[in-house]
Amino acid sequence: MGFYEKLMSLDRRWVYLCVAIAVVLPFLLEEFGVPIFIPPYITPEVKSVYNFVEKLREDDVLFLAIDYDPMAKAELHPVARAVLKQCFKKNVKVIISALSQNGPGMAEQLISQTAKEYNKVDGVDYVYLGYKPFPALVIMGMSQNFKLFFPKDYYGTPLDSLPMMAKVRNIKDTKGVIDVAAGSVADMWINEGAGRYNYPLALAVTGVMAADYYPFLNSGQLFGLVSGMKGAAEYEYLMEKGGYMKKEEFDASRGMPIQMFAHIVVILFIIIGNVGYFMSRRKKS
Amino acid sequence: MRRQLPILVVFISGIFMAIQYFVPSEPAEFVQEYAMDWVIVIGVFAMGLGLWSLTKVNWIKVQRQTPGWGYNLVTILGMVFMLVVGLIWDPGLGFFPGEKSQVSGTWFMNFFWYIYLPIQTVMFSLLAFYIASAAYRAFRARTILASILLVTAIVIMLRLIPLGAVSGINQWLANWILIVPNMAAKRAIWMGVGLGMVAMALKIVLGIERSYMGRD
Repeated sequence: MGFYEKLMSLDRRWVYLCVAIAVVLPFLLEEFGVPIFIPPYITPEVKSVYNFVEKLREDDVLFLAIDYDPMAKAELHPVARAVLKQCFKKNVKVIISALSQNGPGMAEQLISQTAKEYNKVDGVDYVYLGYKPFPALVIMGMSQNFKLFFPKDYYGTPLDSLPMMAKVRNIKDTKGVIDVAAGSVADMWINEGAGRYNYPLALAVTGVMAADYYPFLNSGQLFGLVSGMKGAAEYEYLMEKGGYMKKEEFDASRGMPIQMFAHIVVILFIIIGNVGYFMSRRKKS
Repeated sequence: MRRQLPILVVFISGIFMAIQYFVPSEPAEFVQEYAMDWVIVIGVFAMGLGLWSLTKVNWIKVQRQTPGWGYNLVTILGMVFMLVVGLIWDPGLGFFPGEKSQVSGTWFMNFFWYIYLPIQTVMFSLLAFYIASAAYRAFRARTILASILLVTAIVIMLRLIPLGAVSGINQWLANWILIVPNMAAKRAIWMGVGLGMVAMALKIVLGIERSYMGRD
């Protein structure tokens, strides 16, 4: 086998090794005091979500849907955290649900940690509804009346007794919805929620899902779209510029070098494979 | 009668649900809320059925000691363990009301954080390795169409990483791909799917499609 043929048929273990090095290297560089930070290019769809929250006033209510499992935590947790921080800092009240079956505990930890950071009180500054099965029905139910599916909050407190819920009957009484989702729940928010009950909706989805939602962005059914860790890094960058976050608090931005190195390795391997293919074809002809 | 009655129920409820969607009035919402309760009740039974089915399938394999029966045993034990732990500590259903199973520090959540979460994240992370290997083997510019796919994949991949000064140009190109050809294809597919769903729903409501009743 010639050199170019070898380039075309490298053992997959070499690919795995290179990806592993690409993933570990940024960690090591950071450990040795060489952090890599390249300011992200801010896309209009992320800026639109940031500006929406930015325009909210004190005591306005935002609905944050945390609809992802632990497997999407690395990509989506940073944006959920960033939105919560922005709201809490601006004294915007937040109602949160978690309609992914493995997500409620993870969401609870995020909410309680962030609330503690900003001295926010459960039931007064935020309400965590938790999980109920059949997301499409729950979304329709919450769009009519929160108490239909959540007579009590996640901690077992009746919604009627929560001061924050006194003036809020359903999602239409909030300023809008930001859904952080990995999976088909995002479609349900578009079809059964915003599409039917007509409230502003933005999505934060994993990188691979983003392409599916650009048509909705273009048609105006979504007012913003945060895609994957890159989108979260953009949001964090905007948060830093707006004075809501310090660089040390960055989460997605710290993951970006890893994503960057891994993507570059994948692209390099694609190039290597194609160089091998073209050169061996030229040699044969 | 055994066949006519279900068809009649499906016809009436199907027509009603279709009409109420376009009539946002209080009575329509009341009936819809009522229907939602029904779905939840049916769903609860489905959950019980799922638990029973999972236990039965795995238990048969354990009993017969088919190859890999150890994994089936782990599935059953894991399910029973989490059910017991969750039910004991759950505020609503538990034997010790007042304790909260799904807040940090409880057994249920410790198992979630230290066993379930690492398993899921590791499984998802492995994708990076497989995707890298698959991309290396699959993305070859053998034809014009394959070359277009290759270039598109690289542009979209580069969109997900910060590239400094080049980011703007790449972002513009990636956005064009997402908003023009991607959107055209997606819309065509979704419209096709949507029309297919409407046709299927009509067939069910009108009693033409009856496979949901089992064998005739």
